[in-house]
Amino acid sequence: MSSPPIPVEEPISRTEGSQSPVIVFEDVSIAFQGKQVLDGISFRLPRGETKAIFGVAGSGKSTILKMAIGLLKPDAGQIHLLGEEITQKPEEELFELRSKVGIVFQESALFDSLTVRENVAFRLMEKHDLSEEDIEARVREALSFVELEDTIDLYPSELSGGMRRRVAIARAIITHPEVLLYDSPTGGLDPITSTTIIELIIKQRDVYKTSALLVTHRLQDAFIMATHYFDRKANQMRPLPPGEHGEVPMSFLILRDGKVILDGDAAELAHSKDEYIREFIS
Amino acid sequence: MELTSPTEFARETVQSVQEYSSLAARAIAGLFRRPRYFADIVYQADLIGFGSLPIVVLTGLFTGAVLALNSAHTLQRFGSLSLIGQLVSVGMVTELGPVLTGLMVAGRNSSGMASELGSMVVTEQIDAMRALGTDPLKKLVTPRVVSTVFMLFFLTIISDLLGLIGGAIVSTVIFGMDLHQFWSSAWQSLVFQDVFTGLTKPLLFGFIIATVGCYYGLSARGGTQGVGRATTQAVVASSVFILLVDFFATKFLMAIFGYR
Repeated sequence: MSSPPIPVEEPISRTEGSQSPVIVFEDVSIAFQGKQVLDGISFRLPRGETKAIFGVAGSGKSTILKMAIGLLKPDAGQIHLLGEEITQKPEEELFELRSKVGIVFQESALFDSLTVRENVAFRLMEKHDLSEEDIEARVREALSFVELEDTIDLYPSELSGGMRRRVAIARAIITHPEVLLYDSPTGGLDPITSTTIIELIIKQRDVYKTSALLVTHRLQDAFIMATHYFDRKANQMRPLPPGEHGEVPMSFLILRDGKVILDGDAAELAHSKDEYIREFIS
Repeated sequence: MELTSPTEFARETVQSVQEYSSLAARAIAGLFRRPRYFADIVYQADLIGFGSLPIVVLTGLFTGAVLALNSAHTLQRFGSLSLIGQLVSVGMVTELGPVLTGLMVAGRNSSGMASELGSMVVTEQIDAMRALGTDPLKKLVTPRVVSTVFMLFFLTIISDLLGLIGGAIVSTVIFGMDLHQFWSSAWQSLVFQDVFTGLTKPLLFGFIIATVGCYYGLSARGGTQGVGRATTQAVVASSVFILLVDFFATKFLMAIFGYR
């Protein structure tokens, strides 16, 4: 994938307590219509780390992401986002906190009545503190990052599934958020487009070093992320030399029957004796 | 059809009332908190107000005409054809103008709001908006409520006026009544109470149309079928609410101003 130059601007304003974990789940449970989906799960996402969450369909992966930013409230347990406990906060108080988080939804969730420009600029336009020229420049920067600058005047219905996913990534990163949440970013895409999306996520991770939660059911996506880095000079992802780790720590969390059965790095995943995990990664 | 237990039905009903009240309260509160979406209000006003103008014009004109047509025969029997202007003006201004305009706008816009917001819910656009730090109630509901209340007020005035014109055409062309006599009778029979009642109702109806449409839209579940269901429910519920509120508002205003 040929890429344009990476923007050098990094105006990231970090929340206080920069060494504390960005997301903490403590004994969180949630049920839908009597069915226990998550049953007392706990984990933390340290700042600067990327954590991939695996599980079969219906295991509560997307629910974790929605709970992490308060779109869903757990039945029990506590969730901390950027140092603030969010389960007791009313919706009105969460909007400010959410503006520090970027999320890419499973089906992109682009606003279909707005153009790509308006979709990507949505957050900036809502803030009302930037001039139109500044917004335009930021939109073009974000779209150039995902290599879709030429689609700026199109509507989401005029884009392919992969392009919509890339626009959703541009929309999520335009404000340089402190945390990024990816909900099955490669779901429903062909292998080549999936690799393009993963390359973009690796590029985002290695350029901006943003903490991220990545939900996926495709283990190969996470393995590519764990074994590749983004070469800024060559403008493409490359495999890491054997035995080396990337600059950004990568961890894995596996769900089964509403519980966390593994929360560790690639080595722990590879050496797990759990039969379910062995079957999952085989 | 799946049977629901009375307890479950009561629980769901109470929950719906609670959610609707919360939505209505937050839509009003959105008026007083920043950011304010003036551009969205103007856009919705154009969509709701000018978009509904043709059906409101037709409804008003033909309602006034048919009101005159039906009542003229009876009045003629008692030799009171001169009262036709009074009957049409009081009927249109206090009751038929506001209610029929409300029902027509409900049919057109309550369904539109429910389907638009419902589609946004099922495609996760509402969640995306919340995740992007924007309050969907303030961004989507408040502008629709403000625009509907504002535009329905003026649409009702237009409907009333056209009803009178329709009544005048029928009275003069079919029954040979003097136009001046019709207008004098229509104008002089109206008192402050009639006009106040007739112009208070569209404010209530506008609020009902927008909040009910938005409530059903934002409550839509279950894909495209759920959106279709929400659309139908929005039209039915807003129409029924309009008729119910019309009765109680009329009774309340009569109690305040005294019976005519």
